[in-house]
Amino acid sequence: MTASRLATGGSAIDRTRPIRFSFDGATVHGFAGDTIASALLAGDVAVVGRSFKYHRPRGIWGAGVEEPNALIDIGGPRATPNTRATTEPARDGLVARSVNATPSALADRNAFLDRFARFIPAAFYYKTFMWPDWHRFEPRIRAMAGLGKVDADWTSPGTADQINHHCDVLVVGAGPAGLAAARLASGAGLTVTLVDDQQSPGGSLGHRAGEIDGKPAAAWIAETIAALASAGQLILPSTTAFGVYDHNLVGLNQRHPDGRPDTLWRVRPRQIVLATGAIERPLPFANNDLPGIMSADAALAYLRRHAVLVGRRIVVATNNDSAYETAGALAEAGAEVTLVDLRRDGTPNAPANVRLVKRRALASASGRLRVDGVTLDDGTRLDTDCLLISGGWTPTIHLFGQAKGKLAWSEERAAFLPGDPVDGIAVVGAAAGAVALSDVFAGAGTVVASLGQTKAALPRSTGPEATGGILPAWPIPGSKGRIWIDYQNDVTVKDVELAARENFVSVEHLKRYTTLGMATDQGKTSNLPGLALMAGITGRTVPEVGTTTYRPPFTPVPLASFAGARVGELMAPVRRLPLENVHRANGAVFQEYGGWLRPAHYGGSADAERSIADETLRARQSVALFDGSTLGKVEVIGPQAAAFVDFLYYNTMSTLKPGRCRYGFMLSENGVVFDDGVLVRLDEHRFVVSCSSSHVAAVHARLEEWRQDRFGRGAVYIHNATSDMATLTVSGPNARKLLEALDLSLSLDDADLPHMAVGHGTYAGDEVRIARVSFTGDRSYEISIRADRAEPLWTRLRQAGQAFDAVVIGLEALMILRAEKGFIVIGKDTDGTTLPHDLGVDGPRAKRQTEFVGRRSLFTEEASRDNRMQLVGLAVPQGEAPLPTGAHGIKRIDGRLRSQGFVTSSYQSPTLGRPVALGLIERGAARHGETIDIQHLGKISKATITAPCAVDPAGDRLHA
Amino acid sequence: MQIFPCPFCGPRDETEFHFGGDAGNIRPDGADVPIDRWADYLYLRTNPKGTAREIWVHMNCGEFFVMERDTVSHKVLSSAALGGEHAA
Ligand SMILES: [Zn+2]
Repeated sequence: MTASRLATGGSAIDRTRPIRFSFDGATVHGFAGDTIASALLAGDVAVVGRSFKYHRPRGIWGAGVEEPNALIDIGGPRATPNTRATTEPARDGLVARSVNATPSALADRNAFLDRFARFIPAAFYYKTFMWPDWHRFEPRIRAMAGLGKVDADWTSPGTADQINHHCDVLVVGAGPAGLAAARLASGAGLTVTLVDDQQSPGGSLGHRAGEIDGKPAAAWIAETIAALASAGQLILPSTTAFGVYDHNLVGLNQRHPDGRPDTLWRVRPRQIVLATGAIERPLPFANNDLPGIMSADAALAYLRRHAVLVGRRIVVATNNDSAYETAGALAEAGAEVTLVDLRRDGTPNAPANVRLVKRRALASASGRLRVDGVTLDDGTRLDTDCLLISGGWTPTIHLFGQAKGKLAWSEERAAFLPGDPVDGIAVVGAAAGAVALSDVFAGAGTVVASLGQTKAALPRSTGPEATGGILPAWPIPGSKGRIWIDYQNDVTVKDVELAARENFVSVEHLKRYTTLGMATDQGKTSNLPGLALMAGITGRTVPEVGTTTYRPPFTPVPLASFAGARVGELMAPVRRLPLENVHRANGAVFQEYGGWLRPAHYGGSADAERSIADETLRARQSVALFDGSTLGKVEVIGPQAAAFVDFLYYNTMSTLKPGRCRYGFMLSENGVVFDDGVLVRLDEHRFVVSCSSSHVAAVHARLEEWRQDRFGRGAVYIHNATSDMATLTVSGPNARKLLEALDLSLSLDDADLPHMAVGHGTYAGDEVRIARVSFTGDRSYEISIRADRAEPLWTRLRQAGQAFDAVVIGLEALMILRAEKGFIVIGKDTDGTTLPHDLGVDGPRAKRQTEFVGRRSLFTEEASRDNRMQLVGLAVPQGEAPLPTGAHGIKRIDGRLRSQGFVTSSYQSPTLGRPVALGLIERGAARHGETIDIQHLGKISKATITAPCAVDPAGDRLHA
Repeated sequence: MQIFPCPFCGPRDETEFHFGGDAGNIRPDGADVPIDRWADYLYLRTNPKGTAREIWVHMNCGEFFVMERDTVSHKVLSSAALGGEHAA
């Protein structure tokens, strides 16, 4: 045994609540309050994972989010890959396994790869697997790549909560700086939100000596939290501020001990206070990645929080003062401790029972699955079972960097500190380079005072104070042995040197070429040593090399958190018909069309094709009922309404008489047909725009834009009444007879209500608007009634229809009926280049004298090209199947096939007993009667160009 | 995520807005507008670094408005309803 749990102590653990979990199949014992890492250490598990590339054995390095080595997969229904053992609470019954190791971290069968390490340096993949073809190597490399695995047992824990939150001050980090800032701000009457990524507050005060206002640190923490809670401030433990976005929106990832999905908080504070602390760096020496080598501060945290003594014969190597407290505490806990300090001068006194060796650096470590000794730079060898490292402190300024804060290099601290302030963001404590508690508190006081509040007394540090002396110890070019910079991605000093030799000297290139800092830990321990090494190699200073761009998230956030409730049906909610349930009861089969859930056909899902053909045929023979409620009904009202619709439409609309309807196009400013439909003029100053179902929102927005930009609010008013009313369509030779069976209180006589007219009646006391508009080519009546009264009318129509063998049709039958007539659907029979005259509607272009949207674009060279694609019908030779939609009309030019257009709609016509099709074909309008080749998936067939309309070209059926 | 001030609703999250083009891109009317002028209106964008005047629409209420903002700092400088400023 080397690492062990002490019999007493441990501020974070509850010894009355023992727990058990499994790691790589073995049982691990711990206590409530342990992390997986502290429990593994207490059980003396040295090897907890394998490195990404070389499958080197790796042990626990840190005690927090910076952990590069101890990645684990949590198994079972709440499986999560690649979590950090150092931040994951240990729970009873949890199943954990190491990543990138088979069958276990200790006995990984890919460990042999490390012996080939010198053949697989940085960029090895780019250089090696290019010939003959990367794809030959890809499957096997992919199988080897990656770290954790997604567990097949995973089940969704439900939707993740998302919370929007506002406060005066958001304090990130509940260490001494954050607690002080939160308490001062709260005392000044501000609303405060305090978040911390640990389960309990305190930060470094949780394991480092401190006496505040004459009290032990733990008492001061408890008192401060109690004061905040009683002031009603929001305190969120186990919550990481992972990103600062535009306008200082802060994203928080809150984890829950009960297994609920993580909560995403979107916080908009007036002021952000970053009290995010600092992360301890490794030192460069050969084999500095062996298990048993860990951060000195982490060892102190495990000792004081979890009562875990990480070794018996411990060597602590440092270049700064912070490791002295660690060395002293470990010696006091019973370990044999040697402290190796790089510095000659200005060092503190050796702690009691610690052997201090000055002016010595580590040259190398030895051991196989665990460190067993170190060699100093003078050749001295020391036996050890645990090597603790303090290479200095890197302020956690990620969030400041994300907010585009500029960093300033501090020679004194050997670190980047926050530079010029960013509006609304202050940085305090160790993140701002403060070391002594008195400096930390002074900084917090200054920030809160700058919010224009308070003269409250600052907390006073009354105990011994930490000091910041440091002698930088960056990796040195040309060093002997394998010196790791980035543990997780296996980047060594030699890899950085290789990058420099190949001129990847920019820090962004260095990152991508070597993958330095690109692992799941995002280089929290490795970025600074890596760029300092690049500075050394290229003869630049560290600030000249600079840092890579800081981007969110600071720590991984589950995707489910960002999705929130937008999963399944709520991912893209469909719009629903008021009569959906009635249609369902009548055997409708629903499909989504342009965002609407509509009946595709009736008669159940068996033999859909026959149902659709039957609906089509009966619609032509007698009468069809159709739910057209999705049709746009956007009202345009006001003194300028007629001028407005004239401007919006390609066709002149102001000449329309009240009570009449006109079909027309709306164009985009580039002349392309944007929407088509019928405009109804209700009276002098009131129109209804019937736009395509899927276009209602876009048409409405377009009307509003021109209204507000060009006409003015007093001139026109626009109201989208689409969902106010249901529209029930009666179409077919017997349509009028069917309606006459109902008492609608209006004359259905063709003299009073001719084709393209609108009338007003009532049904059961409710107003109905009846428009004689046809999308089928048959006599049709579109009856609009308030949506909540549509059901009785629909029922009555069906009932009255029985006498006429009426058929209820779905959208598929309607699509066939309109295609038989050559009626287009915008976006299906047109594309993003189709101009109105391509569809045979050239009148307004030729004659209109007034301005309209898209006008000028109709007179360009492009618009006047004589080989434009034009709308045509396409007929196939007798007995052949319908053309595939999307098939191309082709021609041969210089022996090569070239497209001359394509099929846009194609159906078997039940009315004609043969296929009908529409298409856009070059010069098509002038080529009726010509037979062309149609190609689909390499097969060529014939089609004859015709007029678009195949049924009743004279239009007699509209009046029949 | 940015906060934009809708002149009608007040400050709202940027996800509720759509971009509507450069402000001041006045539409030239007529079938005989020089084609270069028309092409500029359709396609030429100023894309300034720094202060930009832009049309935005708040999708929730339908308000089109002019917003001045800094494309570098993303600071919003002003917003005002269109109010038919180009009314014929
Ligand atoms: Zn608004």
